[in-house]
Amino acid sequence: MKDYVLREYVGLEEVVGPIFVIRNIHNIGYNELVEVVDEDGNLRLGITLEVGKGYAVVEVLKGTSGMSFKNCRVRFKEKPLLIGVSDDLLGRVFDGIGNPLDGMPKPFYEEQVDINGRAINPTSRDYPRNIIETGISAIDVMNTLVRGQKLPIFSGSGLPHDLIGTQIARQAQVKGEGFCVVFVAMGVKYDTARYFIRSFEESGVLERVCMFLSLADSPSIERLFTPRLALSCAEFLAFKKNRHVLVIMSDMSNYCEALREVSTIRGEIPARKGYPGYLYSDLASLYERAGMLKGVNGSITQLPILTMPNDDITHPIPDLTGYITEGQIVLEREMFGRGIYPPIAGLPSLSRLMKDNIGEGMTRADHPALASQLFACYAKVKDTRSLAAIIGEEELTPLDHLYLKFGEDFERKFLCQDYYERRTLEEGLDLGWEVISLLPKDELTRIKEEYLNEFYKPKK
Amino acid sequence: MAKIAGKVSRVVGPLVEVEEASSLRMLDMVEVGENHLVGEVVRLVKERAYLQVYEDTTSLRAGDFVYTQGYPLYVELGPGLIGKIYDGIQRPLDVLREKEGCFINRGVHVSALDKQKKWHFRPLRKEGDSVKAGEIAGEVPETQLIKHKIMIPPGFEGRIRWIAGEGDYTVEEKIAVLENDEGIQRQVSMYQKWPVRKPRPYREKLGITEPLITGQRVIDTLFPVGKGGCVAVPGGFGTGKTVIQHQVAKWSDADIVVFVGCGERGNEMTDVLLTFPKLIDPRTQRPLMERTIFIANTSNMPVAAREASIYTGITMAEYYRDMGYTVALMADSTSRWAEALRELSGRLEEMPLEEGFPAYLASRLAEFYERAGRIKTLGGTEGSITVISSVSPPGGDFSEPVTAHTKRFIRCFWALDRDLANARHYPSISWIESYSEYIDDIKEWWHKEVDEEWLSLRYSIIELLQKEQRLQQVVKLVGASVLPVRQRLILETCTIFKNAFLQQFAFDKVDTFSSPRKQFLMLKAIVTFYRKGEVLVKKGINTSELKALPVYQDLLRMRMKYPESELDKLEEMVKKTESSLGELDY
Repeated sequence: MKDYVLREYVGLEEVVGPIFVIRNIHNIGYNELVEVVDEDGNLRLGITLEVGKGYAVVEVLKGTSGMSFKNCRVRFKEKPLLIGVSDDLLGRVFDGIGNPLDGMPKPFYEEQVDINGRAINPTSRDYPRNIIETGISAIDVMNTLVRGQKLPIFSGSGLPHDLIGTQIARQAQVKGEGFCVVFVAMGVKYDTARYFIRSFEESGVLERVCMFLSLADSPSIERLFTPRLALSCAEFLAFKKNRHVLVIMSDMSNYCEALREVSTIRGEIPARKGYPGYLYSDLASLYERAGMLKGVNGSITQLPILTMPNDDITHPIPDLTGYITEGQIVLEREMFGRGIYPPIAGLPSLSRLMKDNIGEGMTRADHPALASQLFACYAKVKDTRSLAAIIGEEELTPLDHLYLKFGEDFERKFLCQDYYERRTLEEGLDLGWEVISLLPKDELTRIKEEYLNEFYKPKK
Repeated sequence: MAKIAGKVSRVVGPLVEVEEASSLRMLDMVEVGENHLVGEVVRLVKERAYLQVYEDTTSLRAGDFVYTQGYPLYVELGPGLIGKIYDGIQRPLDVLREKEGCFINRGVHVSALDKQKKWHFRPLRKEGDSVKAGEIAGEVPETQLIKHKIMIPPGFEGRIRWIAGEGDYTVEEKIAVLENDEGIQRQVSMYQKWPVRKPRPYREKLGITEPLITGQRVIDTLFPVGKGGCVAVPGGFGTGKTVIQHQVAKWSDADIVVFVGCGERGNEMTDVLLTFPKLIDPRTQRPLMERTIFIANTSNMPVAAREASIYTGITMAEYYRDMGYTVALMADSTSRWAEALRELSGRLEEMPLEEGFPAYLASRLAEFYERAGRIKTLGGTEGSITVISSVSPPGGDFSEPVTAHTKRFIRCFWALDRDLANARHYPSISWIESYSEYIDDIKEWWHKEVDEEWLSLRYSIIELLQKEQRLQQVVKLVGASVLPVRQRLILETCTIFKNAFLQQFAFDKVDTFSSPRKQFLMLKAIVTFYRKGEVLVKKGINTSELKALPVYQDLLRMRMKYPESELDKLEEMVKKTESSLGELDY
């Protein structure tokens, strides 16, 4: 600590939104921590956005309200924003910049880490192995989640993404030892945060959850830092303490909005829909912090939740997210409207890491072929349904009718399950065979003969 | 050593402004600050220089010194590149890991080539020989597969004064002394430095004559790329760009593969790094690692190095091309590279064009794609670089600037289709939107090496696919059952073709690779089914009778059923298709 050499400056030149410019300073590092103390003695944290000869541009995390040219003192800490991490963070609730919200004192820390993290060397990564059984068939059978994966939930406003998030957090924990959850709320309403806390309480995992809440009424700029704090904490728990960490981030759309807001204030050239050109790199700097390391037992699995503006999957936020994450779970409003929970859309959902982690020796030998066949047949169902909508169901061929029946069963029996129902992978696969056996054998071209002989059981 | 060339006067992200910088030249490589972060000069204004820095600039401050060695950004070329994994500015990631641990730190300087390792050099020329730049002086067995040719460095012409005898040398040891007509001597070692932004010289460009066989049916049969050609693979997320890139890297018949992971996922690179050493090349029976170079600049690594990674990759590809090898370069993905350009351009406050991209996007793309091609090397042999670059259009919209500009400079286009991907039809290359302009160049090869009938079969099936496309629009409105039998036969044939031929399961041992012979036989079986069937339906036989034939099931499953070792059985099946349909003809 070299606090004793800290210099304090007074006098701002310009304040715009959460940003201020200060002159007549020197030797200030880029992207370093700044403390601002106003006349009432309140401390705000900031980060240098730009440094130059004799000036610095500083972004204030808690907003600049009440600041004037003369009334605040600025201290440059000559180090990046750090967070103290330790096991004691589990079971605690923090605000968006790491101050305790639960009325208890600041936890002790074992070490301090730079919240920006460092890129994992691709040669030190271990390829994600071991599936996480979530107990939700639509995920386990069709879009398997793997330890170390980043699998976002693409949702829309009003859809039950929070339910699915908590259901996964609750049910997935059964398998892993050293399992814990880091929950990040960005710009969500207090009700939603409260809901998460309550459901963690209900399932008795609260002491293994660490929460960072940057609620809707906090300044938007704070949201840019919250996920980085949380991920630094997750990295410590996973890679130093060998835990399996599930990071739930809700809602990434609010994070991106904050980024756009700040970018506009900085006067940067916008790319698509006003979002900055570096949105991709910025999101990658968060999502790529998931993974596993060679020789380390722990893992970070990310489950970011984002609400697609207007349910539009081509909007930059879901679009760029999809380019970085290893698949996506898409929720569908139409299915939700028909009372199907979880309303996980069959076709656009995908888990990229599934292919290497299912099948013989990992899940069950018939799993890959069955999943692929279910996808193909369900695609056919969609075609048949749109045909039926035009020419009427009566005109369809007998085979088309079988497909309609299959579609109905697939949705009602296979996808549908209760919020508290934990279906094992085995049960899920059997159920998959049960519904697909409605179709004639000839239609199942993606499944090898031997599996058909073993599992294909048409009803008499 | 490096000398001081200026002082930092402003830092904004990866962009650094330097004052008192009159000694710096455009595109010089520099080192910035206490940590000696690597950067490059991108603009000069009066006494000031603007740098793009390839590493995180946190804690850099005004007044820090900037150092230069007076070189542009270069790569080291010599034995030891194969099987390595580098970042965007050619730092070996495995060495970084040993030195620094699991995470990448800043300001670490390591040599790209192992300077201690001894390589077995064998001279191919003798003292007194007159030599020209690009000619081969000797060779080094770099891997079991690759004989690394030691070339006379570019820009030299003269005689060999002295050449080392066969033996083991490090890359830095001198292996020859050359002397030109003016009596100026020059020492040659086994490695050379080359600036990445400058294409390596060659004698002349040649036309394309041979296809790059990838073992992927939809590619080789429908939309082939020639050795020395350029392909773009555009597709929204989840449509399988990366799997196609991996498949081509694994199975294509190139001598050398350079795989540039440019701004993509870390786990994907890990996947390749873990699987490639285990995979065996079907042609040479050696691990694929022995012909592959990786460049990994994942999306969370510094954005400026991402911009450089493409050039680093293609310079290495050119180096092996100059030895007379067939090189394939995969760039995944050029959109991320273009975004890096955009980000840096934005920081330089340049005038943006469409979607914020700089005006020089198109010319940069053109420069890059023009470095591909089949050429006659300075040494007189032939070599080629085939570029296969994926493009990630936002929202899957092919009209966006990067895709649109890329289309101008490539001649083969594998458009990935979201609907196909959603139905898990992989590879999801659309047969309607994709095209290849290399057919005429390479048809001779197919006719000579495989079968005379290839082109006509290919056209038959493409015609059927186009007819089917139109018929599907009718089917969507009224259902298939009302169509006349002849048209239903087209639908049936295309269904077989799509399921049994176009779809290819990358993760199945048998299906992952199909030789040209197998592809041809499969194509022939399906077209035979159609041609014979057409005669039959004219005589009033229904498609359901055709579908009831045992050979129909055989057609559907042939891609998995007949491995490469049993192609004669497949040939029999083709005959059986013909005869069993013939039997219906009473």
